[in-house]
Amino acid sequence: MAEILVYVDHVDGAVRKPTLELLTLARRIGEPVAVALGNGAADTAAVLGEHGAVRVLTAEAAEFADYLVVPKVEALQAAYEAVSPAAVLVPSSAENKEIAARLAVRIGSGIITDAVDLEAGAEGPVATQSAFAASYTTKSRVSKGTPVITVKPNSAPVEAAPAAGAVEALAVTFSEKAHGTKVTSRTARESTGRPELTEAAIVVSGGRGVNGAENFAIIEALADSLGAAVGASRAAVDAGWYPHSNQVGQTGKSVSPQLYIAAGISGAIQHRAGMQTSKTIVAINKDAEAPIFDLVDYGVVGDLFDVVPVLTQEVQARKG
Amino acid sequence: MSLRIVVCVKYVPDATGDRKFADDLTVDREDVDGLLSELDEYAVEQALQIAEEADDAEVTVLTVGPEDARDALRKALSMGADKAVHVDDESIHGSDVMATSLVLAKAIEKTGYDLVIAGMASTDGTMGVLPAILAERLGVPQVTLLSEVKVEDGKVTGRRDGDTASEQLEASLPAVVSVTDQSGEARYPSFKGIMAAKKKPVEELELDDLGLDEGEVGLEGSWTAVDSADERPARTAGTIVKDEGEGGKQLAEFLASQKFI
Repeated sequence: MAEILVYVDHVDGAVRKPTLELLTLARRIGEPVAVALGNGAADTAAVLGEHGAVRVLTAEAAEFADYLVVPKVEALQAAYEAVSPAAVLVPSSAENKEIAARLAVRIGSGIITDAVDLEAGAEGPVATQSAFAASYTTKSRVSKGTPVITVKPNSAPVEAAPAAGAVEALAVTFSEKAHGTKVTSRTARESTGRPELTEAAIVVSGGRGVNGAENFAIIEALADSLGAAVGASRAAVDAGWYPHSNQVGQTGKSVSPQLYIAAGISGAIQHRAGMQTSKTIVAINKDAEAPIFDLVDYGVVGDLFDVVPVLTQEVQARKG
Repeated sequence: MSLRIVVCVKYVPDATGDRKFADDLTVDREDVDGLLSELDEYAVEQALQIAEEADDAEVTVLTVGPEDARDALRKALSMGADKAVHVDDESIHGSDVMATSLVLAKAIEKTGYDLVIAGMASTDGTMGVLPAILAERLGVPQVTLLSEVKVEDGKVTGRRDGDTASEQLEASLPAVVSVTDQSGEARYPSFKGIMAAKKKPVEELELDDLGLDEGEVGLEGSWTAVDSADERPARTAGTIVKDEGEGGKQLAEFLASQKFI
């Protein structure tokens, strides 16, 4: 069976959920071989094996943390050359897309980014993507070289599929280019204890209608009652009410959760571009004419300051 | 010594318009207004600021696209860029990111550069990989997704805000930079700027000028193929209730019925 290279997104050995989803998709087109790089790489093997990785290629080197992107490209290229896979799959994130793209140039292959589904086709893997703020669905394939495809979080279920997950050290020699962009300092983002926005199954977002940084507490309270991530519209971020890292939309993060709750967000096209593929959409807005209501499965026309706290209470009571 | 800055910009269909695919599954540019991609305005802005800080600098805006794409160059020139390069060749139509980046890399090399600046992504394709690919093709460092950027003493430094951390980056010139919408508001063209732009030089280039072959670009030269593009079915109208004191409870009822609580 053809081997499929799967790039592992992990933090100090803790594998992030989109990688496990990717293993589900990889098994549709072949046998997953995972590549884990950096601090804690070998610690990822157990969970990757449980989810279908037959082998886990690992490399640790200071370069992965000290220089931007290129060392990871060179390691992934080494894995590619060692395995000769039928495809390379990478979980979509800003950095991962850059890694995938540079690898694609190096190995003379086409790249597809932000796939939301993947299936085997007569001429190689076929990727489904959303285009133009999810108003279109396209099916594409790589027509030259070995397909390199990045896949958005929440595109497939996480499924257990026990495999060997045998750890093998990957030999990597870095070129001069790997040292081109130095990371001179790094400040970790403070953890809020909430799920990561792009990975979360439920997202609660606030917009202009929240009307102040201090009022985001009621959005956070609802999110916490649901175990959700907190998002914000660009208007709320530009006003300084919530950090840019939480922005949902064209210039922020693209999310595709099971449930998206928009509170006080009118639903401009730029916002819709970032959330329209959510499975179930709910909105709370005072303005019955707000375009967000065109998208919703359930909408409440009303003041979010009345509706959200009641909803939070109800959720807590039901979960009680 | 003069600092040569090349800004890559894209002419894109207006996101607030009715964007569509044409019959050949490329972006329909006939039926919808185009404009300079909003995210590229941030790149032009940072280029202008870097040029203003430098003793001697020249800002060239570069685009690959059909005749209408000149509008994007005009906008950038009216913001304050010094000159423009327009690669317009029918055979480029339908190029994917690999083919387009090949054309851009050749045009950048022909123009001459110390610094290439681009937006974080286009607002139509939204891949966000072009700057990294350009760095790979040009063989220079990538200093991408910056929310702050500075050029000094032959070095570019900047801040990159990632998912888990904020990083300070540093690379020597020449380099490829991309900036986010957090890098600073883009200026509006002044009347004087708009008038001055009319007199600024726009160099027109075709594939031959770049030493490229028709087979390396367009649908034929692309490394990916789109097999189908279907309009997403309109969402079926959802339930909408007016809050008369019970809105929160009704919504909780809905979420419970969908097994979210």
